[in-house]
Amino acid sequence: MRTIDTNEIYKAVKEMALACCVNVDGGVVGMLKEAATSETNDAARFAIETIIKSDEKAARLGMPACQDTGMAVIFLEIGQDVSLTGEYVGDAVNRAVKEAYAEGYFRKSVLDPLDRINTKTNLPAVIHTEIVRGDKVKVSFLAKGFGSENMSRVYMLTPSKGVEGVIDAVVETVKLAGSNPCPPVIVGVGIGGTFEKAAYMSKKCLLREVGSVNPDKTLAGLEQTILDKINALEIGAQGFGGNHTCLAVYIDKFPTHLAGLPVAINVQCHSVRHDTKTI
Amino acid sequence: MKKITLPLTEDVIESLSAGDAVLLSGQMFTSRDAGHKRLTAMINRGEPLPVDLKNATVYYVGPCPKQPGQVIGSCGPTTSGRCDAYTPLLLRHGLKGMVGKGWRSKEVIEEMKKQKAVYFAAIGGAGALYADCVKKAELVAFEDLGAEALYILTVEDFPVIVATDCRGNSVYK
Repeated sequence: MRTIDTNEIYKAVKEMALACCVNVDGGVVGMLKEAATSETNDAARFAIETIIKSDEKAARLGMPACQDTGMAVIFLEIGQDVSLTGEYVGDAVNRAVKEAYAEGYFRKSVLDPLDRINTKTNLPAVIHTEIVRGDKVKVSFLAKGFGSENMSRVYMLTPSKGVEGVIDAVVETVKLAGSNPCPPVIVGVGIGGTFEKAAYMSKKCLLREVGSVNPDKTLAGLEQTILDKINALEIGAQGFGGNHTCLAVYIDKFPTHLAGLPVAINVQCHSVRHDTKTI
Repeated sequence: MKKITLPLTEDVIESLSAGDAVLLSGQMFTSRDAGHKRLTAMINRGEPLPVDLKNATVYYVGPCPKQPGQVIGSCGPTTSGRCDAYTPLLLRHGLKGMVGKGWRSKEVIEEMKKQKAVYFAAIGGAGALYADCVKKAELVAFEDLGAEALYILTVEDFPVIVATDCRGNSVYK
């Protein structure tokens, strides 16, 4: 049994939150640069170039790339041979988020869903925990903006819809979202499981490294098929048209019930802000 | 790139076509869903507004808090569609320009045509770049709304695209 003080988790979350909200994923900026060179639609190219300039300026000025510094989503994969000591882990994570959003001058966007009164701390964070094998703790931070989150969907397809139905569901989601989720987007897709398992997979997919290839060949092929179909929609950067609606599609799957085919689609804007640390 | 000084005039509005890239300089006020709800209630009660809507331009934004030494925090556009329910009334009260992101409802576009107004798309997620274009930010009302408070911003060379022009043509499909 390995003992880990939850203060280590606090430190990891705070450090990642402070860095992520300012520095957009470098891999995404690289993809945007590539997109700018091949985009022929003037307005769309203007949009992509403006985004690149802003992302670079954000890093230089130490200010958030996007004002929607999101709701903080934290994934904890806790090895079963780990004994956590110290402060309750949920409190440690929330303390880290609260301090990072205050010290970083990030926007506090979290409020009560009904009376709409802001908590003024960006708390609570959304915390997902999994018990895994081993003696480590893997901590991931994702700042999730809501322009794109609002465009996400869950479909409970009938099995007869098959793979074609899955493809149509993802493409339809991006089409209906149009200009709203700040394209170029990245799309996370969870196929199978149950209603909430599909949604969870679709969100966790977004943590994948930019440019990474799905180790499952079938899913890798499906990702490419869907990516091509989305880009054929010609929604384009910011909805201005052109070929760069989507930068990447990430898919995960899980066995499901013989009577169902859940598909969840989580849309991520071009301001990709996440990181992972292993303790 | 075309340079435009705010407030907008009828001539300038008519000269703009969907898809034009434009640099805006001058004053615009900030407001989003919660602020629009309050402005609408004030208009309906016949109360004086904290900002003069005549020929005004609104920016749909909820900025980050400013850091010491900064004029404003990161301040890219938010989704304009969330203000659509309130927009026709504001247009009827003199609003001429809107800056945000994403497409607008049919009702908004119809009213824009009637009132000769223009909708500009700022680039979503380019918050740091836009913050650098803001030279002055003055808090005017609704301080309790935090990020959604009403500010008057003085901007310089603020890059936008004409998303929907006064004839109802749109850059969106």
